Amino acid sequence: MHEMAITQSVVETVCERLEGAPARALTLEIGRLSGVVPDAVRFCFDMAADGTALAGARLDITEPDGRARCRACTNEFRLDDLIALCGCGSADVEITGGQELRIRSVEVL
Amino acid sequence: MCATCGCSDPAGPRLTEVHPGASEHGHEHAHEHEHAHGHEHAHGHGHGHGGLRHRHGDESGHGRPARSAPSADSGADEQTVVLEEQVLAKNDRLAERNRAWLDERGILAVNLMSSPGSGKTTLLERTVRELGPDVPVSVIEGDQETLIDAERLRATGCAAVQINTGAGCHLDAAMLESGLHRLDPAPASAVFVENVGNLVCPALFDLGESCRVVICSVTEGADKPLKYPHMFRAADLILVNKADLLPHLDFDADFFTDCVRRVNPGADLLWISAARGEGLDTWYTWLHKRMPDPAVTS
Repeated sequence: MHEMAITQSVVETVCERLEGAPARALTLEIGRLSGVVPDAVRFCFDMAADGTALAGARLDITEPDGRARCRACTNEFRLDDLIALCGCGSADVEITGGQELRIRSVEVL
Repeated sequence: MCATCGCSDPAGPRLTEVHPGASEHGHEHAHEHEHAHGHEHAHGHGHGHGGLRHRHGDESGHGRPARSAPSADSGADEQTVVLEEQVLAKNDRLAERNRAWLDERGILAVNLMSSPGSGKTTLLERTVRELGPDVPVSVIEGDQETLIDAERLRATGCAAVQINTGAGCHLDAAMLESGLHRLDPAPASAVFVENVGNLVCPALFDLGESCRVVICSVTEGADKPLKYPHMFRAADLILVNKADLLPHLDFDADFFTDCVRRVNPGADLLWISAARGEGLDTWYTWLHKRMPDPAVTS
């Protein structure tokens, strides 16, 4: 499960940025096509945050939908998974959204 | 706490150098090191090749955090600190450092990924023997435990480093960096990185490699590209191994090809048998075409 490594990395990064200041909430953006499962990150977060400035903090996660643009017909459409097929029949699509993996903000005490 | 399931196993990744000519079994290996965690050991997505490369927005990720301006409609107050940092930025930076290090030396680094048992190590044994006369080859082996694969490669006469990830399910850029520094590959050579056998996690972590190769054996089933789209979408090349078994299996090659095209229309696709040698010339040609220009080597 790669989400534990990823969640530990998030906690390390935020703690470095806050220089030890305690936080009460953390907001992440995890796109629906990112390959990272938000529920798995939530599962890992309390363990990863234990003993750090993020201990006990609330975790908020926004999940942008997948978006794609067809290179053949330029149609833009919503994408629910990585098996991308445009209505025109082309599989040559560029993914334009849903792959986000960002630390947005924290609320400090 | 381990980095995978939160158990109390404190062991991090371990790196072992396997020397050609060392005795086969049963003695302590002299160069085993704990891989230090907690500094420049983060995880990253890659950029620049493969469909899974994340588009990163503006990075404001340095210096002191800025407090956001109060905003009446957002509910934010002066206690909200806007960070806007990529989750995987640290690994991305380390991967790019690896890529620059390899480019400076004209080294081709191939990240080999697959499920366990697809034939990665068999393919590498043969590749070392048959490509070796033209291109110097060394290998970084990633497994949760044991030195078995590195010793198999060492028996072919090539330099090999084994990275044991313990509970970890993938290699990352920090592990590759430590492996490269231990291996010290020659300029204008090829380094093969055999990732941990897993069709999920390794797809998400850029190592700084030159190219990504996914191996899928025909015994695994023709639907794998649809079941594991992140992995197949990230590939520059898909090697379909054990093709000599096709007459004995209910494997629809056309369906497999169609599945690959649906998740990664731009990927190269080669059918091989690492055990019998079929199709390996096309693999070696593919590698030769990607060797960095000798003119850039110092």
